[in-house]
Amino acid sequence: MNKALLEIAYLIASVTFVFGLKLMGNPKSARRGNLIAAGGMTVAILGTLVFHDQAVSPVIYAVILAAIAIGTIGGWLTAKRVAMTKMPELVSLFNGMGGACAALISIIEYPNLKDQPGALIAVLAGLVIGTVSFTGSMVAFAKLNGSLNKAIRLPSYNIINTIMMVVVIGLAALMVISGNLNTTMMLYVLLALAALYGVLFVIPIGGADMPVVISLLNSFTGLAAASGGFLYDNKAMLTGGILVGSAGTLLTIVMCEAMNRPLSNVIFGAFGGGSGSGSASGESGGTVKDIQVSDLAVLMNYSRKVVIVPGYGLAVAQAQHVIHEIELLLESRGVEVKYAIHPVAGRMPGHMNVLLAESNVEYDKLVEMEDINPEFATTDVVLIVGANDVVNPAAKTDPSSPIYGMPILEVEQASHVVVNKRSMNAGYAGIDNPLFYSTKTSMLFGDAKSALTALANELKSL
Amino acid sequence: MEAITTFLSEHINLIYFIILSVFVGVEVIGHVPTVIHTPLMSGANAIHGVVIVGAIYVMLHLQPDDIAGMIVGFLAVLLGTLNVVGGFVVTDRMLEMFKKKK
Repeated sequence: MNKALLEIAYLIASVTFVFGLKLMGNPKSARRGNLIAAGGMTVAILGTLVFHDQAVSPVIYAVILAAIAIGTIGGWLTAKRVAMTKMPELVSLFNGMGGACAALISIIEYPNLKDQPGALIAVLAGLVIGTVSFTGSMVAFAKLNGSLNKAIRLPSYNIINTIMMVVVIGLAALMVISGNLNTTMMLYVLLALAALYGVLFVIPIGGADMPVVISLLNSFTGLAAASGGFLYDNKAMLTGGILVGSAGTLLTIVMCEAMNRPLSNVIFGAFGGGSGSGSASGESGGTVKDIQVSDLAVLMNYSRKVVIVPGYGLAVAQAQHVIHEIELLLESRGVEVKYAIHPVAGRMPGHMNVLLAESNVEYDKLVEMEDINPEFATTDVVLIVGANDVVNPAAKTDPSSPIYGMPILEVEQASHVVVNKRSMNAGYAGIDNPLFYSTKTSMLFGDAKSALTALANELKSL
Repeated sequence: MEAITTFLSEHINLIYFIILSVFVGVEVIGHVPTVIHTPLMSGANAIHGVVIVGAIYVMLHLQPDDIAGMIVGFLAVLLGTLNVVGGFVVTDRMLEMFKKKK
């Protein structure tokens, strides 16, 4: 009886995962989809706790409930309190937790299942994939967090990483085939190697590519959860895990397409390495032109059409509310205002939409790249706030540039381009931007929030 | 080797299940707008937190005197809960903003 009820609970969970994920694909129904999946998850967890056949000591129950209680409070508070700009690293952190959970299950189960080759494969797969996902996510977290902001590259890291991967898989295979190597000692060796591989896998990849890496590690954790499902013949774990594994892989590929770069390019590098290669700095001797806030206010006030290009700098400075205020001021003077959203603006695809939505910017003012690019020719002023690489014309004109081929916002077609930046430092890709030296371009140096607040005040006094 | 083939034939239903699930995952994600990528990734992240079910299952089968297992199991359930609760709540926060538009 209990078993049947448990199966029904898992069936409900599986259906809600598929249905919830489907609803999440559309901005209108996304929130409902998330809640439905969360409801299914609750059913699966409660079902597991309640419907089982063997007697369980109260001590074990107490430990489980304590862990769930602490985790719920901790997870809830962290998720509620964190700033919107920190979202990507938070996703990475939670992803790592899931990976570690899968690895720990394998560690406990290994002694019980080491003599059943089929189950052993699932145990080792859960261990290796979960561990790689855990350490990889932690490195990604540290990178997004800024505590590890350099891409660290061992000499010929691609070869080292490939060898590491072969060694990890080879050792796991040997443990399954040969009885002599199938020991707890070797399990920990495998664990250590997988942990090291996770670090080596992520550490050479530049911060700008972290969203893609997190998405990939996300699907890894899905696979780790699925191997647990295979082990226990647990359909909820299988559906949830496989669903995230395949959907996550596809999502990773779609994200790469948005940046016009193949996934292999992200993983095996070719990004950021070109910083010393000279040709990108060809125009860096050019002069840049400053603009005063008062002049900019006049310029914008008498424009017909202004396009704002928000970037991560805007998010970091928490200037999304001020930019909305400027938008409203300009609109009240009859200026048409739009936001140009590059697919990878911010740190993750869609990140900028989330941030601007936070400051109540209307949804239809956010225009995606393909739709806004033809409009730049009729735009009087483009105001770029804390964005750099997504407006770098080198992506179109300079084949030696590391971002060559990435689709960009073609802002240089507008009459005036104003760039707000804190300094002349390069953007996340670490390369120079010829746009800044264009005769059309003026620079408004300063922190996005204070510069924009000054601009808003000037506009009010006009 | 024989053990592996036996294992596979015993679990052939599961293997079908896995293959079909892969297709479902791909179908479900096909053609989503870029604006939804981050919340979708975050939502998927919460869903793989279902691994917590495995952690609870392991705990339920432990002997009460297995202290080491208990500690590792406690950690596993804790991390799994963080993944699930944090994942869903953070996704909800992101999506809440999308809803405000009108």
